[in-house]
Amino acid sequence: MNKVFTLARRELTAYFFSPIAYIIGAGFLLLAAGWFFLNIRIGGEASLRPLFDGMAIIMVLAVPLLTMGLLSREFDSGTIETLMTSPVTDAEVILGKFLGVMVFYLALLGTTLTFLGLMAAYGRPDAGVAFVGYLGMVLLGAAYVSVGLFASTLTRHQVLSAVVAIAIISLFVVVMGLIVRLGVRPWADLADRLNAMRYFKDFSRGVLDTRGLLYFLSATALFLFLSVKTLESRRWR
Amino acid sequence: MIDVKHLTKWFGRVLAVDDISFHVEQGSIVGFLGPNGAGKSTTLKVLTCYLPATSGKATIAGHDVLTESLEVRRNVGYMPEAVPLYEEMRVRELLMFRAALRDIPRPERQAAVDRVADRCWLSKPQDVMRRRVGELSRGYKQRVGLAEAMLHNPPVLVLDEPTIGLDPNQIRAMRELIKELGQDHTIILSSHILAEVEQTCNHIIVIAGGAIVADGTPEELRKKVLGPSQVVAEIKGAEPAELAKAIAAVEGVRNVSKVPVGNWTRLTIECDGRSDRRAEVHRLVSQKGWELRELRHTVGSLEDFFVQVTYEQNMQAAQRMAQ
Repeated sequence: MNKVFTLARRELTAYFFSPIAYIIGAGFLLLAAGWFFLNIRIGGEASLRPLFDGMAIIMVLAVPLLTMGLLSREFDSGTIETLMTSPVTDAEVILGKFLGVMVFYLALLGTTLTFLGLMAAYGRPDAGVAFVGYLGMVLLGAAYVSVGLFASTLTRHQVLSAVVAIAIISLFVVVMGLIVRLGVRPWADLADRLNAMRYFKDFSRGVLDTRGLLYFLSATALFLFLSVKTLESRRWR
Repeated sequence: MIDVKHLTKWFGRVLAVDDISFHVEQGSIVGFLGPNGAGKSTTLKVLTCYLPATSGKATIAGHDVLTESLEVRRNVGYMPEAVPLYEEMRVRELLMFRAALRDIPRPERQAAVDRVADRCWLSKPQDVMRRRVGELSRGYKQRVGLAEAMLHNPPVLVLDEPTIGLDPNQIRAMRELIKELGQDHTIILSSHILAEVEQTCNHIIVIAGGAIVADGTPEELRKKVLGPSQVVAEIKGAEPAELAKAIAAVEGVRNVSKVPVGNWTRLTIECDGRSDRRAEVHRLVSQKGWELRELRHTVGSLEDFFVQVTYEQNMQAAQRMAQ
């Protein structure tokens, strides 16, 4: 377990030296803030819900850009060789990287607490809704990150890895919702069950539902497992 | 220390390593010598547990590379070809990170890093340890790579092309360091430069086209690969064909080839076995009243052997491409 933390810390410090992390962070904050104020101006109501829903969509682009280099860069530069010939298991490598990005993601999410503070200064946001909403963001983020990590184990090209991750995430976040709207049975039922936004909207409304909890946790576990397997498979191909 | 038996590696339909077996004693410095694409790096990657072999078995310090991979990795320090490093990290930071991955307990990490920094001349200009890896020159990166491989003081060091990309002074320093390290580590290094392997190693394995073509100490190899002895002579005084004919008649001469050099003729005279026929050639020349400006006896060198091996491999590769 110690090595997981060692790897996570290296990954996290690497973010602070890469301009791309700052650019993504700044881009995310700019979009989220714009969205936040737009909602207050137009909607005229200080509700947290549209903020969470908006952030969930922005993260579809932001997270894959954060995760694209995780393993792709190691494959490309060859550092994967020294990493995999050290006494660390494939699972430790995956978990370490996952943890490193998650900490960065949480820091990014933490900055949006300022919106909450602003709201509290002028109104009375519901603490329970805020808590469940942020819990939903954390769970959603974990699932996004694990998908991004998985995409990164597939290729040495960072851009390709980002595109694959965005494609997989949008499939569950956007495309499933569209299929539900088309309403063709039996696909609509299936799509509804796989639709990430359906579960996330419970959270952003402040409703804690175990189905949503289970959905995001099992998606995270599945993609982490797949990541370990693809990393292992490099040894056999 | 290292035992490899019938190791074979296919990459798809390309055979990279073809049924090789060898044994390395503890404390030796082994040179893996071969032209580019001979299968050196692939073999080293199998030994360091980066790639699995298609078939065959390899053990290091009694541990199987496949079934006891983590144990093998603890016993091996590996410097890959081209020395990949995390460019954004500072040297000390990078070494501390590797030390943590190498199971070195926290209180001992600093000392371990200082030890390898000293050994690989990273501690002298004070600021090197504080510089970012990405800013370092090739020679320094190579040293950092070597320092990384030595952190956990492994019994076995595997160095893939340790001197490639270094300047002549650095090459000499690296060779000295490798020799020094050979006193308490078993070292396998790969190279495509014969002189280097001859100077640093006490065990040479020549590999070409994925197979071992020679294996032994430099002296053994030299004895084994000695070609027929030859006498080279440059003579003037008669037509080349006539010269060649006369010399071919000398006792103990097996074959003569001739090349005109201006109005001189350069003759390469192959002798029986190891015999040296310079005296006979000289006697003939003075009898006939010809002029002689060079007379030299040569035996096939390791260099010749290596050139021939490389040439054969290239020819085979070319044939495969043609098919």
